[in-house]
Parts: sequence; structure tokens; C-alpha cells
Amino acid sequence: MQPLAKLLEAALFAASRPLTLDELASLEPEAGEAAVRAALAALQSAYGDEHGVELAEIAEGWQFLTRREYAETIERAQFALRPRRLSPAALETLAIIAYRQPVGRLEVDEIRGVDSGAVMDKLVERGLIEVVTRGEGLGRPLLYGTTPPFLEILGLKDLEDLPRLEELSVALRRPTPVDEPE
Amino acid sequence: MTSPILRDQAGFVVELEKFSGPLDLLLHLIREDEVDITDLPIAKIADQFLAVINELGLNQAADYLEMAARLLRIKAQLLLPRHLGDDEWEDPRAELVRRLLEYQQIRELVDWLGRAAELRAERFGRGYEAPPADAPPAPLQIDLNDLLAAAERVIALIPEPMLHRVVPRPLDVEGATERITSLLSEREEFGWLDIVGPQSSIVDVLSAFIALLELAKRSVLTLAQPEPFGPMVIKRATAREAA
Repeated sequence: MQPLAKLLEAALFAASRPLTLDELASLEPEAGEAAVRAALAALQSAYGDEHGVELAEIAEGWQFLTRREYAETIERAQFALRPRRLSPAALETLAIIAYRQPVGRLEVDEIRGVDSGAVMDKLVERGLIEVVTRGEGLGRPLLYGTTPPFLEILGLKDLEDLPRLEELSVALRRPTPVDEPE
Repeated sequence: MTSPILRDQAGFVVELEKFSGPLDLLLHLIREDEVDITDLPIAKIADQFLAVINELGLNQAADYLEMAARLLRIKAQLLLPRHLGDDEWEDPRAELVRRLLEYQQIRELVDWLGRAAELRAERFGRGYEAPPADAPPAPLQIDLNDLLAAAERVIALIPEPMLHRVVPRPLDVEGATERITSLLSEREEFGWLDIVGPQSSIVDVLSAFIALLELAKRSVLTLAQPEPFGPMVIKRATAREAA
């Protein structure tokens, strides 16, 4: 294996989170992005089928992950634990924020039909969403967006990895202004 | 919340935890009845909705109550629809139908996200966690014996600590200041004993101490005590520090 690929392998092994292309490129500034990409591709194929871990492209970065088929055995031995499952309320809120970001609390409440304040606070606490800007409307409401850890827990490369709305079985019209005037 | 499972006379089973809100419950009823969401039989759905929230004790929850009120209003408006112009009549159900369709889509996304999270959870990353950056310095550790020993050393420096008597002589801060300034011009760094000498009276000690604090305040010198109760180190302030 090339020295650059070995260096990337070491860095990816040492890190407990996905490393972005920029971060990996900073290890060897003279190498250049193209060389880093090539080394990553070489690394990924080197870990193809021969190893218990694979190099995954996740959360706008790269990370070594164990192969799916060993999950149950590893967990039974309690060497690693699966993260807690997200509640339906949390997933609903995440879905709305992922597709409508930046979006305010009121709009989330309106779509879900229930108060979502507590759920959103929890998601902020877990680092899955964050305040990205303030809205134009009354009181300049806080608007939320998803974070890299959101992509990480879903195993997505980036937001483009989410299904397109047209692919869903139910078509959704674009958001219309709230409530008809009376 | 009341019992998690409800079985009504019609025989359908409703699991309370399944509903994340009134829209969810409405969708459930619509699916049960297999009716067209865009041509909602409001009267029927409204009655079912009221019956279910009554049974589940959800009629205490504001979100469900609000939906119940909305359904009843739509039911009433259907009897007297408003004319929009030409041959068009307003459908009072339109807004609710839009919200239901939108919510249905969200539910579909929830299924997708849930599956994605499940698949991701089957692949473990490395567990190493870096220690938090910039941990605050450990608090000062002082032993009672250290404190007593230090107090003894200080008291030993004073020949006759007659603390009960009012000192008749005023403090000579000016004299001490002069002494320190002349020491500063000779040496860059010196200790406490260089100022007061080993056999000093309490007045000398106090005068020197106040002079030192004053000079430190004016950035003429810097004071340091490398260890708790250790000897004080007096240093000439550099130009940069004085600025």
C-alpha cells in the first residue's frame, strides 16, 4: 500500500468519528486532494471483502465501521452497544426539519399537529439539530437545521442521500401559507 | 395516560403509544375505514375521533381537543359551504386534507429514517473518545498541617508578636517603597527577606507589604509565590508588562 494510504488508514483508525476529505488532506498538505481521493479509493477496495471492518463514506466524511453481519455477535458479547432507538416523535421532528430546513418551531408544530418544543430541545441536546439562523417573521423566530451527527446516526453520506419527495408514494404539494384568511 | 390498549365494540385494537398526535390518530381512522383521504367523510370520522379520544382519556389533551373542535367546525361548515365565485364552492375540508397528506408523507419519511438508523446501528465505529479539551486546573490542595506550618514560619519571623497592643508608630510605607525601589534598581529579582531582613518588627512587615502591593498595582514589579505559603519572589516588571 502507498505511504499516503497507510497514513490515512492510521488516522481513520485513530478517530472515533468520520473524518472529512479536508481533514484527511490536512495530514499531508503537499499530497493534494486528488491524491487523497485516490488513496481513499485504494483503501476502500483494500478493505473490500477481506476484512471485518469496511471504510464507509458517511456524514460528509470517511470512517471505519464494522460489517453489519457481526453486529449481533458483538452486541451479544457486550463489546459494543447499539445506540438507543429514536422515538417516533423524534423521527417525525427530524424528518420535518431535514426536509424543510431552515425551519422554525411553529412550522414543525403545525405539520405534526402537536407541540414539539420538548422533542426539539432533546434533539438539540443530542446534537442532531441546531439553530442555524433567525427567521424574518414576528419575533425573529429561531430556525433549525440538521447537523453532521444527524447524518452520522442515519449512515447518510450527505442530505442528498435522503429520499426525494417525488419518490415517496404520497405526493406533497409545496408548503402553502398557513391558514386561510377568515 | 390510561390503558395502553383499547378494544371497542367494533373489535379494532388501538395502541395508544402508536399515536404521536391527533393527525396520526386521524390517519389511523382513515386507514381503518379505507376511505379516500381527499374526499373525507367528515361526519363519520369526526364521530369516531371523538369516541376514541373519549375512550383513551385523550380528551384531556389540548392537541386532541383542538383537532376535535376543528373537525366539528368543518362538519358544520359542510352544511353551509361558502361560494368562491363562478361555479366554485369552497371545500371546508381542504386545509385538513392538505395537512393530512403532508403528515402522511412525514410518516413515510419516518419509516425510511427509522430503517436507515437501524441499519447504521448495526455497524460499530471505534469507541475511543478524546478527553474534553481545556479542562479547568485542579483546585488548590491544602493540608491543615501545611497551613499551620506556614503560620508558624510567619510568626517566627516576628520577634515579639504583641498583637494585643496598639502600635503607636505609624506605618512607614514611604520608607519601605524607597527601599524596594533601590533594590529593584540593583537586582532584577529578590525575595521578601531582602526587604525586611530576618529580624523585623510587625510595623516593618506591614509597611513593606503595603509598599509591595502598591508597587505591584503600579506595575513597577510583579509578585509571585511559586508554591502555597512558600517564599515570595519579587521581580522587576518588564517594559511590556508595565505597559
